[in-house]
Amino acid sequence: MANNTETTTPKYKAKDFSSDQDVRWCPGCGDYSILAQVQRTFPEVIETRKENVVWISGIGCSSRFPYYMDTYGFHGIHGRAPILASGVKIANPDLSVWVATGDGDLLSIGGNHFIHACRKNVDIKVVLFNNRIYGLTKGQYSPTSEKGKVTKTTPFGSVDYPFNPISLSLGSDATFVARSIDRNPKHMQEMIKRTGAHKGLAFLEIFQNCNIFNDGAFSVLTEKDTKDDHTLFLENDKPMVFGKNQDKGIKLDGLKPIVVDISNGKYSKDDLWVHNEFSVSPTHAIILAHLDDNKDLPTPVGVFRQYFKETYDGGIANQIKYVKEKKGEGDLEKVLFGGNTWEVD
Amino acid sequence: MTHVKEKDFQQLSDVTVRFAGDSGDGMQLTGTQFSDTTAWIGNDLNTLPDYPAEIRAPAGTLYGVSGFQLHFSSTDIHTPGDTADVLVAMNPAALKKNLPDIKNDGTIIVNSDAFDVKNLKLANYDNNPLDDDSLSGYHVFEVPITSLTANALEGLPLSPKEVSRCKNFFALGLMYWLYDRPLQNTEEWIKSKFKKKPEYVEANSKALQAGHKFGEMTEIFTTRYKVEPAKLPKGIYKNISGNEATALGFLAASVKSGLPLFLGSYPITPASEILQFISNYKNFGAKTFQAEDEIAGITSAIGASFAGHLAITTTSGPGLALKTEAIGLAVMTELPIVVINVQRGGPSTGLPTKTEQADLLQAVYGRNGEAPVCVLAARTPRDCFNMAIEASRIALKYMTPVILLTDGYLANGSEPWRIPHVDEITEIKVDFRKDPEGFYPYSRDENLARPWAIPGTPNLEHRIGGLEKSNIYGNVSYDPDNHDKMVKLRTQKVKNIRNDIPDLKIDGEQSGELLVLGWGGTYGTIKEAVAKANNAGLNVSQAHLHYINPLPKNTEAVLNNYKKVLIPEINLGQLARLIRGEFLIRVEQLNIVRGLPLKVNDILEKITELLGGGNGK
Ligand code: SF4
Repeated sequence: MANNTETTTPKYKAKDFSSDQDVRWCPGCGDYSILAQVQRTFPEVIETRKENVVWISGIGCSSRFPYYMDTYGFHGIHGRAPILASGVKIANPDLSVWVATGDGDLLSIGGNHFIHACRKNVDIKVVLFNNRIYGLTKGQYSPTSEKGKVTKTTPFGSVDYPFNPISLSLGSDATFVARSIDRNPKHMQEMIKRTGAHKGLAFLEIFQNCNIFNDGAFSVLTEKDTKDDHTLFLENDKPMVFGKNQDKGIKLDGLKPIVVDISNGKYSKDDLWVHNEFSVSPTHAIILAHLDDNKDLPTPVGVFRQYFKETYDGGIANQIKYVKEKKGEGDLEKVLFGGNTWEVD
Repeated sequence: MTHVKEKDFQQLSDVTVRFAGDSGDGMQLTGTQFSDTTAWIGNDLNTLPDYPAEIRAPAGTLYGVSGFQLHFSSTDIHTPGDTADVLVAMNPAALKKNLPDIKNDGTIIVNSDAFDVKNLKLANYDNNPLDDDSLSGYHVFEVPITSLTANALEGLPLSPKEVSRCKNFFALGLMYWLYDRPLQNTEEWIKSKFKKKPEYVEANSKALQAGHKFGEMTEIFTTRYKVEPAKLPKGIYKNISGNEATALGFLAASVKSGLPLFLGSYPITPASEILQFISNYKNFGAKTFQAEDEIAGITSAIGASFAGHLAITTTSGPGLALKTEAIGLAVMTELPIVVINVQRGGPSTGLPTKTEQADLLQAVYGRNGEAPVCVLAARTPRDCFNMAIEASRIALKYMTPVILLTDGYLANGSEPWRIPHVDEITEIKVDFRKDPEGFYPYSRDENLARPWAIPGTPNLEHRIGGLEKSNIYGNVSYDPDNHDKMVKLRTQKVKNIRNDIPDLKIDGEQSGELLVLGWGGTYGTIKEAVAKANNAGLNVSQAHLHYINPLPKNTEAVLNNYKKVLIPEINLGQLARLIRGEFLIRVEQLNIVRGLPLKVNDILEKITELLGGGNGK
C-alpha cells in the first residue's frame, strides 16, 4: 500500500518496470531489445524509487517507449522530447529523467532542442534509437540515412549528407557520449548503466534495426561473419584492438587513424592508440566519431567521451539557493511595496 | 544682472505632454522620469511610449524618432490622450513626425540648436519651419538646449559627446519647472543609476537643474502651470507598467498557490521585460529559463507543469504562432499552463514595438483539432496584475492552458496602482493527487478537471501524451466514440469556467440605445468616449470583457438590452465575429489598425453617427 514517506529504494525486478500496455512494435523490430535491456538493467541503473523516474519521448516508433515502462511517462510532440524533459528536470532535479527518441525526432525536427540541451548540460539521459529511416511515416529517408539512399521520397537516391550523431553531440559539448547496438544485449546493458550513472547530459546512440523499412542497415556490425572485423569496442585505458582474431589495431599517425596488423610482429599492442574516455579535449573523441568515414576502418561502439561540469538544473538550483542566502527568502509584501511609492489618504 | 519677473501660475485640470527626439536622445527615459515624478506627486496619469523597432536608427532621420506621450491630471483619467498639448521636439525630424498629433494652438518647445541644415535635410524640410509661418498656429518656444546644456556642464571632465547626451535632462528640468514638479525623484534616480560613474551623476544633475533654472530666468516663458493631485482612493500607490504588473501578478500567484513559478520564454518585443522582471525573483524560488526558441519556451513550461510547478510562458504574436502545437499538447494532456501574449502589430514580424488586438482569433481558435483554451484579456496596465492571478487560478483549478492577452500599449504604458496587501489577495488552492486508491489519470472532478499526479508520487505512475486518451483510464485510444466523448468533455470543461467568473458588468444605463462593447487595452479610450457622449446627452453604456473564452454567462442578456451594440477594436472585427457567431446578433464595428491605441474622438464620432446625432430618434 502507498506510503508517501517511503524513502528507501526497494529491490526492483525487471518486471516492475513493465507497464500493463501491449507492446505494439513490428515483430522483429530492434526496439524490443532496447526495451528489454532497459527493463533488465533498471533495477541496477536507477538509484532511486521508481516513482522518481520519468520517461519522455517525441514522435516516432521509438517514442512509444514510455507507454511500456511502468514509470511516469510523457509522450510529447515531434522533436520536443529534450526540452520537455529539461522542463521536468529543472522543475524537480530529484527526478531521474530519460528521453526515448529516434533519428528523425531528435536530429531533424528536434535538432535545435538537442544541441541546446547538450550545451546546457541538463541532467537528462537521451537514448537515440537510430534506425536511419522514418518508420512510423512508412519509410522516408532520415537525417542519418546514407547519401544516395533510395526511399519513397528519394526514388533516385537522396542527395543529402547524413548527420553523425556522435560527432554532433560531441560538438555540442555533451558531457557523456556513447554508442551501442540492438543486437548486442550485453554491451547495451553496460552502456545503459554507464548512461544512467552519468551526472549531466548523457547521450546514448543505439543502432536499431527497422526490419520493415531499413532492414539490415547495421548488418555488417551484427552478422557473425562481418561484425568482428567492423566493430571496435572502445574500452577506457585499453589499446584499440579489433578483428575476429583480435589481430588488428588502430594506430594514430599524427591525427590520422590507421589500421595496423598486430599479428606479424611489425606492430604490437604498445603501438596502438589507447582510448581515454576522460580526455580533456574532445579532439580524440571526434576522430573516433568519424573513424568509419573511411570504410576500411571499423565502427566504434562504447563510451566516446565523459567529463563533468555543473549541470544546468543544478546551476539553477544553486543560484536560487545563493540568492536566497544573499537577499533572504522572498517577501511578496516587500516586493509589491518596493520602489517609488506614495500615500494617498 | 537682469531682473526676473515673477511668473504667473495657471491652474489646469489635465495636460498631455509628448517628448520626442532621436532613438539615442533618451526620450523613453525622460518620459518615464516625468511619469514617475508626476505619479509621485499624486496626479493620475496614463502613458504611451512610441518608439521604433531599431535600437539606434541613424541620428536625425524620421524613422529614428522615438516618442513618449503622457497624460496627467487632477481627475481620474484612462487614456494617454488623443493629441498632445505640449510637444518637446529635440530635432526637426521629431517635430515633423509629431506635429500631426499636437493640438491646434498647442505648445511646441524645440531644441533650436538641432535645426541646422543637415538635420533639416534629414527630416525632409525644404525650409526651416522655425523661420517660416508653418508653425503659426502653435506657441513655439525656441530653446538652444544643446548649447545651454554645454554651458551648464563647462569644466566637467566629459567629452563633447557625453555632454550632448545630458541634454534630455536639461529638457526634463525645464518641463519640471513649467509644470511645477520637484527634481528630487529624478536626482535620486540619477544617483543610483550612475553609482559607479560619479562624473555622470554630477553632469546629469547639473543639466537637470540648469533646465529648471532656465525656466525661472528666461524671459520667454511667462506662465507656469499647476495640476493639482488627483483624488484617488486611499492607499499606497506606485506607478506601474503592464509588463511589470504582469510579472508581479504571477509572482503573487506563485506565493498564493504555494507553487514555485517556472517561466520558459524566448526574448521577444514587447514581452521580454516580463522575463527580465521575473528573473530577479530567484529568492522566491522562481525559475526562469531563457529557451533556445519559442517552442522550447512553452514546451519546457509544459514539462515543469507536469512536474508540479506554476508554469507560464511569455511571448508576442509571432511567438504565439510558434507555440500553437504545444498549446494543443497542453490541451490534450490537460496540464495547467498560462501563455501570456503581449500583442503587437502583425502579421509576421509586423510592427514589433506597436500595439494591436489582432491575435484574438488566434488565441481562441488557432490550433489544430478541437482545442479549447480559456482566453482572458487585461484592460489597463495595473489590471495585468489581477489578470495574471486570475489566469493562474483558472489554469490550476481546471487543469487547462489559459491564454492571457495584453498588448504593447498596456505592456509599456503605465499608470498609478493602489498596491494591494498580500493578505488582500485570494489564496489559490491546489491539491496534488496523492491517494492511489481509485486513481486514474483521466478521471474527473466536479469541474471536469483531471487529477494532477506529479512524478515523485508513489504508486501513481502513469503515462500521458498527445495521442487521444481513453476517458478515465488514460490509455491510448483510437475508439471513435471515445474520441467524440473526449472532444466534448474537453470543450465542456472550458465552458464550465463560466460558472466561476463574474458577470459582465455594465457602466451606465442597464439598457438603452447603444452599448459599446470592448475587450483588452481599449478600455480607457472607450470609457472616456462614453463619458463624453453621456455628457453630451447621448444614451450610451459600456461593457468590457475580461473573459473571452468562455464569455460571461450574462453576455447575451446584456447585449440584448440595447438597440445597438458597437464593438471598437484594433483589428478588423475579431470580437465582433465571435459575438455574431455565438449569439447571432447584429453588431456595429469600428476598426482602426494603425499600431496605436484608438482615439477617444474616433469612438465618439462613431457613437454620434450610430445615434444619428441624437439618441437614435
Ligand atoms: S516500422 Fe521499423 S522501427 Fe517502427 S516498429 Fe516497425 S520495425 Fe520498428
